[in-house]
Amino acid sequence: MIGIVNYGAGNIFSLTAALDRIGVSYGMINTKEDFDLYGHIIIPGVGHAGAAMKKLQDSGLVDTILALKKPVLGICVGMQLLTSYSEEGNAEMLSVFPLRTLHFDKRIHEKVPHMGWNSVHIENDCPLFKQISDNAYFYFVHSYFIERDIRHVGASCSYGLSFAAAIQKDNFYGVQFHPEKSGAAGEQLLLNFSRF
Amino acid sequence: MLAKRIIPCLDVKDGRTVKGVNFVDLRDAGDPVELAWQYSEQGADELVFLDITATHEGRKTTIDLVKSVARQVNIPFTIGGGINELRDAEILLNSGADKISINSAAVRNPQLIDDLAKSFGSQFVVIAVDTRSVEGHNYVHLRGGRDRTAIQTEDWIKEAESRGAGEILLTSMDHDGTKNGFDNSLLKKINETLHIPLIASGGAGNQQHFVDTFKDANVDAALAASVFHYGEILIPELKDTLRSNGIVVR
Repeated sequence: MIGIVNYGAGNIFSLTAALDRIGVSYGMINTKEDFDLYGHIIIPGVGHAGAAMKKLQDSGLVDTILALKKPVLGICVGMQLLTSYSEEGNAEMLSVFPLRTLHFDKRIHEKVPHMGWNSVHIENDCPLFKQISDNAYFYFVHSYFIERDIRHVGASCSYGLSFAAAIQKDNFYGVQFHPEKSGAAGEQLLLNFSRF
Repeated sequence: MLAKRIIPCLDVKDGRTVKGVNFVDLRDAGDPVELAWQYSEQGADELVFLDITATHEGRKTTIDLVKSVARQVNIPFTIGGGINELRDAEILLNSGADKISINSAAVRNPQLIDDLAKSFGSQFVVIAVDTRSVEGHNYVHLRGGRDRTAIQTEDWIKEAESRGAGEILLTSMDHDGTKNGFDNSLLKKINETLHIPLIASGGAGNQQHFVDTFKDANVDAALAASVFHYGEILIPELKDTLRSNGIVVR
């Protein structure tokens, strides 16, 4: 069973719908004790990273998340929370990864946000992409990106520059795109994670 | 590379698709959820539902429709029509819509764009603009192109962007329904100064029209309705054509 951290940053309808479609059961995590009920944890998130971090801190769940040994997947802003710092709101993040979340603006000439389907190159044999072909397309909507660092990158994507589409470190994973909106490839990725 | 998007548009009223649809293997041509699923299977990148329901009772049906689509379809979708205030948008967001599209409500009250972007993020806010050329100038039109406003299209799009719109859906009423191709000169002109994605709409009649709008106007996405609904253009074939013309598609 997957536990979804319910800290109030963004709507999770699409995520639960995707889990329903692939037949993976789930529940909501509202308290520290709830983490014990689940084998896998997803941290969702849309909107402002600084604001999301504030909400997560207010939820009182930060210490428990940092101590988790179960597989954890951060999605979009949920992934950015796992980095050390975000330029969005100039905010300190959870520092699970020694990576920064940076703004596309002024660094690329392309339109911002990076919105739509982009191809994703698998790196470091990231197990999230098992049975997914290299350069498969995933759906992105974001204005901030996580820098690509060879030690932690699970997949990269190119939009004016090369950034981390997926990151991995021990039991922690993150994806910048929205697997719940990324067709069959996205559903496969969620299924892969549920089997870790 | 970021792919160019192909977007079928479905008109719905009281939870049913309005325009005729001519697909093989369709159990219920009036069921927008089944149609949406078919389109996603064919490789559509995104869907737009335009809700033309007028009654309050019908709006509830629309919410149910949005939930059903979000449950069953694994690609992003936008819903437009009947959104006049933050509360309308919030209900749609919580029902699983990825984006909302607003048209006349934004023209009447431009502050709505700021409020929506602030509350839900720019990525949630698509501004739909219906434009028609009058004596050499492009004017924003309302009510499906019937009512001309005094606002020039280029000015309005710039204002919408600066207020926080995440995307522009531009429909040329001069081209809509003609099947003679998209209004690429206008789209190109708009796109050159725009920093957010631009969706071309109005005039698609054949596959070459899609090639042209991506090549000539470099738009981010192209939207069409009847050519897809009547099976005149099949999305897998369209994507093959685009690919063989050097356009990046999914």
